[in-house]
Amino acid sequence: MRREPLLNATVFLGLLAVPLWAWAVDEPFTITLATRVAILALAGVGLNLALGLGGLVSLGHAVFFGIGGYAMGILASHAQSYSALIEWPVLIEGTKSMPVIWLVAMGASGLAALAIGALSLRTSGVYFIMITLAFGQMFYYFAIGWPAYGGEDGLSIYVRNGFPGLNTLDPIQFFAICYVILGLALWVFSRLACSAFGLALGAARQNAERVMAVGIAPYRLRLVAFTLSGVITGLAGALFADLNRFVSPVMFSWQTSGEIMVFVILGGVARLFGPVIGAVVFIFLEHMLGGLSEYWHIYLGAVLLVVVLFARGGIIGLVAGRERRHD
Amino acid sequence: MTSPLLDIRGLSKAFGAVQACEDVTLTLERGEIHALIGPNGAGKSTFIKQVAGNLDPDSGRIWFDGRDVTALDTVARARAGLGRTFQVSSLAMEMSVLQNVVLGALGKRGRVLRFFRDVMRDAALLEVAREALNEVGLTGVAGTRVADLSHGQRRQLEVAVALTQSPKAFLMDEPMAGLGGEGSARLTRFLDGLRHRAPILLVEHDMDAVFALADRISVLVYGRIIATGTPDAIRRDPQVRAAYLGDEALT
Repeated sequence: MRREPLLNATVFLGLLAVPLWAWAVDEPFTITLATRVAILALAGVGLNLALGLGGLVSLGHAVFFGIGGYAMGILASHAQSYSALIEWPVLIEGTKSMPVIWLVAMGASGLAALAIGALSLRTSGVYFIMITLAFGQMFYYFAIGWPAYGGEDGLSIYVRNGFPGLNTLDPIQFFAICYVILGLALWVFSRLACSAFGLALGAARQNAERVMAVGIAPYRLRLVAFTLSGVITGLAGALFADLNRFVSPVMFSWQTSGEIMVFVILGGVARLFGPVIGAVVFIFLEHMLGGLSEYWHIYLGAVLLVVVLFARGGIIGLVAGRERRHD
Repeated sequence: MTSPLLDIRGLSKAFGAVQACEDVTLTLERGEIHALIGPNGAGKSTFIKQVAGNLDPDSGRIWFDGRDVTALDTVARARAGLGRTFQVSSLAMEMSVLQNVVLGALGKRGRVLRFFRDVMRDAALLEVAREALNEVGLTGVAGTRVADLSHGQRRQLEVAVALTQSPKAFLMDEPMAGLGGEGSARLTRFLDGLRHRAPILLVEHDMDAVFALADRISVLVYGRIIATGTPDAIRRDPQVRAAYLGDEALT
């Protein structure tokens, strides 16, 4: 039963070793791939909080990913054109500082998650899936129809935003930032999972009636989980935009929501490293198979089908067996 | 004399043309076990759901501990001190036995939005949880997943979770269901002692248990209470015999 921590440690160190090796042999493209993995895994950790711990099947997490992306895009585009974001009643200017952008991205996506959650958590099951999907589409079409920030074409940022003391244009340094943030998010997730909140949230997923009968309201738990989930996915969105130095409405599309969900399901729902392993496999397949055929998603579909049919706990379930229960 | 702990007055509920519950008045006094019996389809489940707050009555009021709780939902009634056990075990199946009772203790304590400390190392919660397991005799299987428990053990756990609430009153929906002779005898002895901690409104089909335990019995038939009284009075009541108990069952 100790296989899961071992697998997690291997994957986490592997995710560090590969870019370090690539750095040593001067292969910046591989570092960028690893950075993509770290960022997408972070988005998945966010979704895993809602989907895995809370049982909330959200098909609208692209909203938060996109808000994070646009928070970066909007702030950075104003900074690069030296135009103020708002001049009245208070002057708000753009910024090229990553920490500020992250805070704005997390705040904005958290607020959006709170509002969307407050409405959609009144429903459940397939209605919840549909309503989160509907919110996603609303944001998607809004972004397309907003010419001030590029509309359908998106927004390009010419120089990557800065982080005090680091050269973010250096791939390995930007990777380090993303890797550390992923590590922190995983730590937060692991604490949440065994906290009082995590216990009640997990119980509400399994049996809401039971939770109510001991005097705990599931709605509030789920709303908190959904909001935290949105905050983490929003941060991933800001990093993703910085990786590409580009944001577009595609970040808001339902395909993006679907991809984030694929990471979680592929790796293992509710497992700490599920989204990390899912993102590794996804990017690996995309890279390997994408070279063979434009239609590589067919193969991804086949892999996903096999995992869902034969390994209910995702890849982690396949390797490490059923989830270990503490105590 | 003090007012009853649970005071249910004129509760009615209809589903379309079916009157599932009609003008039901019932009280639960401190220190007593009040059993509600009746044939299948008499409206016992509908009644229990209204008392627990799952179902809004069409008319009537429910007073609990001096407070009108008619408008409160399940969560608020649980917090007010109503400890419920379900007819069909309702537990977090993927969690361990201990986690289920810790959840109960957590519900009682409140402060659920604690994000960083390991809840399974919270000494105060664990003490309440272990005590409850000990009382129902489940200490030996504390680490077992609920899905792997036997039916009887799940029934015991159901009671243990209610104990962690240290409620002001218990609302027990067929706790003996499917327990078998020995299991029900053991639970009967346990509930017998429990009434002094908090009174029990007991819905039960097991007549041996009901007549052994109850201080008072109410008989529900077609949504109406046709008699309320001591076990002896109920046994002799001709209306009850005709409607439900039959002649041979009680001799």
